[in-house]
Amino acid sequence: MAATDLGMVEEGRSRSSFPARRGAVRKWLAPSESGLKRAHFRGAGLAAALISPQLIILLFFFFVPSWKALSLAFVQIDPFGGKAMFVGMQNFIELFTSETYRYSAWLTFWFTLAQNVLTLVIAGALAFATDHVIRGRYGYRTVILLPYAIAPVVSGTIWAFLFNPSVGPIATWLQSMGYPWDPNLRTTDAVILITLASVWKHVCYDYIFLTAAMLAVPQSLREAAAIDGARPWRRFATVSVPLIMPTVFYLFIMNFVYGLFETFGIIDSVTRGGPAGSTTTLVYKVYQDGFVNLNLGSSAAQSIVLMVLAILFTVLQFRAIERKVNYEV
Amino acid sequence: MVERNPLLSVICHLILILGALMVGLPLYFTFVAGSLTPAEMHQVPFPLLPGDHFTENLSIAWEKGDFTRVFLNSLFVTLGIVFGKISISIIAAFAITYFRFPFRMTAFWLIFISLMLPVEVRIIPTYEAVADAAGPLRWLLNAVGIGPVLQWLAGISIDATMNWSLVNTYSGLIFPIIASATAVFLFRQFFLTVPDELCEAAKLDNTGPLKFLFTILLPLSVPNMAALAIILFIGGWNQYLWPLLFTTEKEMGTVIVALKNFVPVGDSEGGWEVAMAASLLVMLPPTLVILFLQRWFAKGLVDAGK
Repeated sequence: MAATDLGMVEEGRSRSSFPARRGAVRKWLAPSESGLKRAHFRGAGLAAALISPQLIILLFFFFVPSWKALSLAFVQIDPFGGKAMFVGMQNFIELFTSETYRYSAWLTFWFTLAQNVLTLVIAGALAFATDHVIRGRYGYRTVILLPYAIAPVVSGTIWAFLFNPSVGPIATWLQSMGYPWDPNLRTTDAVILITLASVWKHVCYDYIFLTAAMLAVPQSLREAAAIDGARPWRRFATVSVPLIMPTVFYLFIMNFVYGLFETFGIIDSVTRGGPAGSTTTLVYKVYQDGFVNLNLGSSAAQSIVLMVLAILFTVLQFRAIERKVNYEV
Repeated sequence: MVERNPLLSVICHLILILGALMVGLPLYFTFVAGSLTPAEMHQVPFPLLPGDHFTENLSIAWEKGDFTRVFLNSLFVTLGIVFGKISISIIAAFAITYFRFPFRMTAFWLIFISLMLPVEVRIIPTYEAVADAAGPLRWLLNAVGIGPVLQWLAGISIDATMNWSLVNTYSGLIFPIIASATAVFLFRQFFLTVPDELCEAAKLDNTGPLKFLFTILLPLSVPNMAALAIILFIGGWNQYLWPLLFTTEKEMGTVIVALKNFVPVGDSEGGWEVAMAASLLVMLPPTLVILFLQRWFAKGLVDAGK
């Protein structure tokens, strides 16, 4: 507690903020020191005032709604302002036995996985190339980063156009090659289309992280490997890759999060979940069941399932960040 | 670059050119389509060079989408989100790192938990919360007994008077999303790297916490704020689900929501050329931000991810 030697210059009210009592109560109430500056201020009132805007907004728009989502999942509600009836696990049982929900979960899994791997591979190749190129590096980077600025809905609209069976340039080209491309009728085409649009939008994100990670690989290690006779590819595989692995792991998780939650705009503008629900991912289904079909109980139960997934991914994300820190050279 | 390797350089340039084409071609086709007439759109093969109706399509799109209004909406909402998020996050981070007070870690964990549930997960209840923003307050007043007392004393019924819906308002589009655990953590991480001597010196000079925040800490945080502001601007401009739910009136919508109305639904329906022109308009502000502030943007993204 080095801060106490400065205690004399602190204003008087600070002392009353925390009574010096011994015992279990005090231990429990004792503010933890972790993440606190050695030199800090006292004054619980001001601190509370500073932190309250954040907490009040969280309370109103996060904690209360989340609590409601939890409770809604166990009741059945009449959509026209009727009464709520407690039904226990009924909503969940219906959900897990529902054919469309199982399809949606299956689709979400494969869609996010394919999107994830494709994004990482493309971004990895581009980052590797950027690392070896000196001339024009800035120009390439600028172009590759562009999709980050483009909203999911906008990129969805662009891809919907490119692959539109009647006017889209790529679709008409595919048809002239003899492939009967039509994402409005053929399920596989629709799934391929949303995957491509999602990858296109997300490569830039992975690319930024991977180029930053590659830049951080110490030049001395690569030079040492080069002196030992390792060719560029070998250096990449045995020196750079292990060192950027934590970043890759982190991106692998973030890509899942992106595929799960942030592709809503793409799906809504490209296929609207169709044809016949074949591109309805879990998040899109929550929206459709809740807002379009007004099946609140089922939608809430779906929210709970997504919550569990989101919490799982947050924990993994923090694991990944820890690993990233540990590996830093 | 450790050694010269012409073959590798060529391969790398090829990979990058391929990548740039992958990104650039869809955008180029968007531009080409945005410059054609409806009749030209149906040519097979698709024209590779732009036509001469670009400005015309732009003005049709501007008219049809009521873009003067929705662009202002988007700008207003986005700036509100950027300023709101940064200001409430920076003071929260300041309180958490620079103050010793009871329940400090509890507050920290409450903010931390919010990271776990993205908006998409709790759509319906959050919509209800926005449609009835006074709900929790009303419940609280009734629960502690103020409600009935007030009814008895002044004849004011809390259930009848305290009813604000934030649907179709700027507040409804801004407030629910300005709480941000990511931003709090970002500033917290930064504050932890600020030398302790600065605060000690400030305290020796009898500087109060607020003066310390405004005259020392904020100027030091400018680079972090700038980087974060760029990320938040792009995210705020591009968000879709939120404005889609909370604006039922067209005049309150954002550009992204307005763009959705341009997309032709049926197979044979026309209007793609206007939709593409509108897409270009909508993506312009964030694209300019990325092009001109690229260095800051990359920093902000990597920092925010930590």
